[in-house]
Amino acid sequence: MTGLPLLNAQQMAQFVARGFLRLDGVVPEALNAQFLQEMGEIAPPVPGRGLMRTYGEMLAKAGVPEVAAGTPLGQAYPEGSALAKLVQLPVVAGAIRSLVGEDPIFDHHFLHVTFPPAYHEASGGENVSQHTHQDSTIDPRTAFDIQIMYYPHDVTREMGGTRFVPGTHLRRVSEVALGRYQNIRGQQHMVCEPGTLLFIHSGIWHGGGVNLSDRTRTMFKIRINPNPRSSRTQVRQFDVSTLVPQNQQRPIFYVKGPLPPSVEQTLMTPEPWFEQDTGRLEFLNRIRLWRYLTDDPTYDADYWLTRVENLAEV
Amino acid sequence: MQRQKILVLYTANSALDSPVIGWSVYDGTGQTRPMAGDQDEPPYRTGVDALKDGWRLIQAAQLLPHARGAEFDLAYLKYEFFFEQFVEVQP
Repeated sequence: MTGLPLLNAQQMAQFVARGFLRLDGVVPEALNAQFLQEMGEIAPPVPGRGLMRTYGEMLAKAGVPEVAAGTPLGQAYPEGSALAKLVQLPVVAGAIRSLVGEDPIFDHHFLHVTFPPAYHEASGGENVSQHTHQDSTIDPRTAFDIQIMYYPHDVTREMGGTRFVPGTHLRRVSEVALGRYQNIRGQQHMVCEPGTLLFIHSGIWHGGGVNLSDRTRTMFKIRINPNPRSSRTQVRQFDVSTLVPQNQQRPIFYVKGPLPPSVEQTLMTPEPWFEQDTGRLEFLNRIRLWRYLTDDPTYDADYWLTRVENLAEV
Repeated sequence: MQRQKILVLYTANSALDSPVIGWSVYDGTGQTRPMAGDQDEPPYRTGVDALKDGWRLIQAAQLLPHARGAEFDLAYLKYEFFFEQFVEVQP
């Protein structure tokens, strides 16, 4: 036992199906205040001054260390710093352990600040939302990284917030190649209280919302990899005691009423944007990810993989 | 003088009368500035509803066979329809 509050099977199934885990207001106010104090003041808008220059100076001054990619997460932040305390919070450490396993690896981090209209007017730039994208590059793995998005202050709808599309994480796309899609049914905008965390699967489609308020919006992102050298990577790292043994498949199609909540029910719940045919392939891909995370190569939900794996002709 | 407006609809299957699941607008008149995340409800229920409102269909996604070995791989939205309108603007 780790002693950490690990995610249960239902929370893991939600993450597998939808690609995110939202923890509202879990970071204590004192830690939010320490983080914002360490990040420092953001200079006011100056007419004619480019926003990239303002951003660059802000990054240089902020109390965030430069950390080599590939550093053990446990060594990434100076002891006592807000970011060290953040990743050591039991609720955070338990979620990290559940999703990427023991001895995870720091990939990168970034201080995202979204500026209100006055800065864009002063710099002569356009105030627009970020195109929807998947981070990094084409990623064909079943293994995945996580990204923690930390909101140290409240975020209103007017401030934009991170926009993301639940359930898009199993699509293999090339970064902002999907920038053409402005709106997708079921998209969510992070409107939250201070100290909220959004854990996302590295494949989730997302983008920064346009800030139409009069306040800057700050979000800190940390990308974390499972450790391939650990004997226990990200397989069966959640609270597996909450797994319910599957004795038989559920009845499908012809059912006389709603079925009770279960891992299968979660994995088989579609998103509003699912296409009618590829929505079924999303189910197959969720089942494959569940097999990986539970180390159960025979697992199935609603017979989707059993049917296509029945090689009767052989 | 005319300028082009573009509407892109993504539908739930290859039929133009199937439900809209994604959408984008690009406005060549400069009168509006559509952008990512600006609307949580689709402008039309189906592609046919856009036709009824005067949009002219100019391109539809092809239906392509699935590559052997990659039948279950998913990437971009599959059913994409481009529409246009020409709008009179002052020179």
